[in-house]
Amino acid sequence: MIIVRTDSIFYWLCLICAALAGLLMLGFFVQLSLSSAATWREFGLGFLFSRDWDPVANHFGALPSIVGTLCTTVIALLIAIPLAFAAALFLVDAPPLIAGVLSHAIDLLAAIPSVIYGMWGLFVLAPIMQEHVQPVMVDVLRLHRLPLLGRFVGEYFNGFGILTAGIILAIMVLPYICAILRDVIRMTPPMLRESAYGIGCTRWETAKDILLRYGIRGVLGGIFIGLGRALGETMAVLFVIGNLMDMPEDIFSGATTIAATLANNFAEADGLQRSALFALGLVLLLMSFAIQVAAQYYLHATSARRGESRS
Amino acid sequence: MKSKRSITTRKWTDRLVRAFSALAVALAVLTMLWIIGTVIAYGHHALRPSFLINPSRPYGIANGGIANALLGTIAITFGAAAIAVPPALLGGIYLSEYKDNRAITSVLRFSATVMMGMPSVIIGLFVYMIMVVPSGHFSGLAGSVALAIIMYPVIMRSTEDMLGMVPYTLRESALALGMTRTRTTLRIICFAARKGLLTGVLLALARVSGETAPLLFTALFADSWPTNYFGGPTANMPVLITEYATNSPFAEMHQSGWGAALVVMMLVLTINIATRLLFRGQNDGH
Repeated sequence: MIIVRTDSIFYWLCLICAALAGLLMLGFFVQLSLSSAATWREFGLGFLFSRDWDPVANHFGALPSIVGTLCTTVIALLIAIPLAFAAALFLVDAPPLIAGVLSHAIDLLAAIPSVIYGMWGLFVLAPIMQEHVQPVMVDVLRLHRLPLLGRFVGEYFNGFGILTAGIILAIMVLPYICAILRDVIRMTPPMLRESAYGIGCTRWETAKDILLRYGIRGVLGGIFIGLGRALGETMAVLFVIGNLMDMPEDIFSGATTIAATLANNFAEADGLQRSALFALGLVLLLMSFAIQVAAQYYLHATSARRGESRS
Repeated sequence: MKSKRSITTRKWTDRLVRAFSALAVALAVLTMLWIIGTVIAYGHHALRPSFLINPSRPYGIANGGIANALLGTIAITFGAAAIAVPPALLGGIYLSEYKDNRAITSVLRFSATVMMGMPSVIIGLFVYMIMVVPSGHFSGLAGSVALAIIMYPVIMRSTEDMLGMVPYTLRESALALGMTRTRTTLRIICFAARKGLLTGVLLALARVSGETAPLLFTALFADSWPTNYFGGPTANMPVLITEYATNSPFAEMHQSGWGAALVVMMLVLTINIATRLLFRGQNDGH
């Protein structure tokens, strides 16, 4: 029967198209593994822990890029998480009209292309960091003299580097985390909040003892989504990180991230260096994959449609 | 148990936190306005008619513009949409309508969601290997494929969500009238969800039209008109901005870079805001 055949053809067509998602995901791993094979043969797992990046001597190591990636990401999250949580608290309790407008305004941060963040960072934020923020941190607050944390703050600065990149990343991931936290807070049963208010909790106590605990999985999921965004961001970081293939000494020093290294060196690389770049790409892919899996694991439990589809 | 805190401390902590909350919102919104304001302030000087109708030229030659990059970006973005939208819609239909094999559905849904979080630079590398290396040259088409891969899971998931909102009775009524599954899905379900589907596609389009990293590995850049879409480096806005902002010491180039940034930003934000306003209610808040 022709009808049955159309139906089954359509079914298979849909299935094949949906299967593309799985195949592409698999394809990323296979392709990057193949292209980076030379590096793993040459350096083995030592590639991950080597500090050298010397195209002349043909010796490559991933450690500076990995450390740079982790440092910028950590700074971004340290700034973004408290702000996102506080903003989400405000937006959930605000009158609907105001909350709607402000939520959309914050969501717009996610719509601005990353290359524009990069330009803004390069021409606006970096000079401000150099002339106002970093001098205050070093000369006025003397943060580098602090007993423990002082080790992370350098005496020398030029506006670029890990801290500046971290701040830009924080602005970029804030809307993603905030959107998920908003949903998480909204999904807490009103009864719980009302009971908390009923026994005399203040709003802050309700937020930290009830909302945060009830929605902890959603909160973690949101943080992982932000983490994934910050980890793989390329252009915004590329413009302000300084692109030095060295281990960062402190949060003012120029450094590089995996994504920035890829974008910066790929054009002139060939042979082993290109393979090393693919190996870096594979490392980034594995990190992102693990983080996305964690994010889905935590968000799945709260089972709401949410996340990055809002873009 | 915590030690007993006085009511004054608790109230003041609460007030402080609330002030911080308001401050956080203000900070986020003001930063957004600051960034947009900066781009407008620096970029509007560059927006002369000649800037919009002349192609880009190497430094030193007067009257350079961005017309070739603008056309290139339009070609690459719509090329990406042409590649990604049909399979993404069908994939979304599979996830939403055919639930006969739960395991496959959830694995594929999971892959799509994870894929949405993949760094775009990785997708650039991937397309470089599967398209640029075999063909031996950069091309606008490779750029389109890279953007298509980014769009694909986004549209697939939004399609699934939108179709999921169509009431089940509609499906049952259509099937009861004797329509086939295919016809029911395409003519009834997709038609009922058409606004939502369009929203998903447009938002994905807005998102990829500003993507830069994958284009560095695929479309690259050229100072010529984008006639070589299939066979050579193709001009596009994001790479032009990157080149002018970072690889050039000349103020004039920076100026053009800001102008180009303004055009891209207007394009992206217009699509984004217009889509949200036009189709509000369909996917409010999601």
